[in-house]
Amino acid sequence: MEIPEDLLYTEEHEWVYVEGDTAIIGITDYAQGELGDVVFVELPQIGEHIQQMEPFGSIEAVKTVSDIFAPVSGEVIEVNSNLEENPQLINQDPYGEGWIIKIKMSDPKETEGLLTADEYQSMIE
Amino acid sequence: MPFIPTTEKEEQDMLRAIGVETFEDLLETIPERVRFHGSFNLPDSTSELEAFQLMRRLAQQNHSVQDYTCFLGGGAYDHYIPSVVNHILLRSEFYTAYTPYQPEVSQGNLQAIFEYQSMISNLTAMDVTNASMYDAGSALAEAALMAYHVKNRAAIIVSKAVNPFYRDVLRTYLHGQNIDIREIDVSADGITDVNQLKKHITDQTAGVIIQHPNFLGNLENVHEIEAVTHASGALFITSNDPLSLGLLEPPGAYNADIVTGEGQVLGNPLAFGGPYLGIFSVKQEFIRKMPGRLIGRTVDSQGRPGFVMTLQTREQHIRRDKATSNICTNNALNALAATIYLSLLGKQGIQEVANQCLQKSHYLAEKIAAIPGFELKFKAPFFKEFVIKTPIPAADVIAGLKDRKILAGIDLSKFDYGFENALLVAVTEKRSQAELDAFAESLAIIVD
Repeated sequence: MEIPEDLLYTEEHEWVYVEGDTAIIGITDYAQGELGDVVFVELPQIGEHIQQMEPFGSIEAVKTVSDIFAPVSGEVIEVNSNLEENPQLINQDPYGEGWIIKIKMSDPKETEGLLTADEYQSMIE
Repeated sequence: MPFIPTTEKEEQDMLRAIGVETFEDLLETIPERVRFHGSFNLPDSTSELEAFQLMRRLAQQNHSVQDYTCFLGGGAYDHYIPSVVNHILLRSEFYTAYTPYQPEVSQGNLQAIFEYQSMISNLTAMDVTNASMYDAGSALAEAALMAYHVKNRAAIIVSKAVNPFYRDVLRTYLHGQNIDIREIDVSADGITDVNQLKKHITDQTAGVIIQHPNFLGNLENVHEIEAVTHASGALFITSNDPLSLGLLEPPGAYNADIVTGEGQVLGNPLAFGGPYLGIFSVKQEFIRKMPGRLIGRTVDSQGRPGFVMTLQTREQHIRRDKATSNICTNNALNALAATIYLSLLGKQGIQEVANQCLQKSHYLAEKIAAIPGFELKFKAPFFKEFVIKTPIPAADVIAGLKDRKILAGIDLSKFDYGFENALLVAVTEKRSQAELDAFAESLAIIVD
């Protein structure tokens, strides 16, 4: 199981990659493994404002549906529309092709409360 | 375990075993003042023979379409049901199964629903049909809710030519959702007033709802309404009589987004208003927002075909608070009746039934229009149902014909149209020429 060092994590198994005031968000390798085959991803609209730790979309796997929580607050500036046709990208490449949304953060300080790779690792152990 | 009451001795043995004297001792904790001490208002016990005779006497007070010639319509119709429908439908595997969705034990049920979905999709020319809903009214209301969620717009436009009962259900379902429901008047031709639609439709309209043929039996200008609806970005929602699709253009061909309808006409008997069969079909792109459930065909690990519940998660098990709809059941047995009916009739059979409805209703309409005092209320083309203007109150016509064992139709003064002396008459393929002639003759006699 992969837990990249350069990402931050939530207890709800999302990851976030921060670059300036932009954040790319996805779900972790561990989460996709627990969900199983992903069959549908419900994405937010571009321009929508999302709040930290509020659900902004959902992931439907064969046996379950799970909310995706926002690691940080901000405005959605891009969604991974490839997921509409190929939701299994989340299973195949959760940290790459399977990214979910890109947001413009409204409060970058929020990242301070997120988990590091080590902290996330020990949480799921 | 057989149901055999205990004897007095057995009761005593049981009470003694648990250490009390009487049954009343077990109720000690219930305060005296809330206990019931009177005697029940029940008749004395009767023998099986007496009970049977009593029930038969009571049942004989019912009069049905077996005893009367039925010209009632307005959403429930006296169509012919081939007897083989019940022979298959009443097999215990189908008839007694309750929510039979465990795929490993219910392949037959799942396949039946899959076939139903496929046949209705063919008939409506839509991509996907759900496993069914309660009736046309609930299906239409769910369609309105779905349009609201798909479009994220808070207004629904509904034609007053849509069945008044469906409009009631719509208002009930949407109550408390902050959705603005706007009704569009019926024109002098008995169809939706498209000019009014153009005036009221905005970029906040989520969906436009029409019925085709409409409640008054008339055919709508579906292409024109479709163009106006889609120009504003709203979803085009229709309610159709599935039997009419044996002759009329299917709603998929005029670009409907959500198609609903009443499946009672497909092999389901008249039954005091239900249970009936709500038809619900959509375009592929809306499948994720569709209420209800969907049965799919797949293959197992060895490539053998099998049937499974494909879409259900949002409504059935989890995240119900986030569901776009809270419907969690479907009328599987009624859907099965429709499936058997459609498979028996086939493409030609449906055309034949639809054609007979058309020809016979037009025959009767002409006969009635020729009676002095009577005339057709509208000039619009109609399918199997039409409105006649009566020289005396429609209620009096209905009462007069009832004495002659004819159920004449529906008195339209009861609804919100402001029509006086207007009778809605439905003619199905079951009506013989003699019955049609007798209807017209009786009309002439009672107003004479």
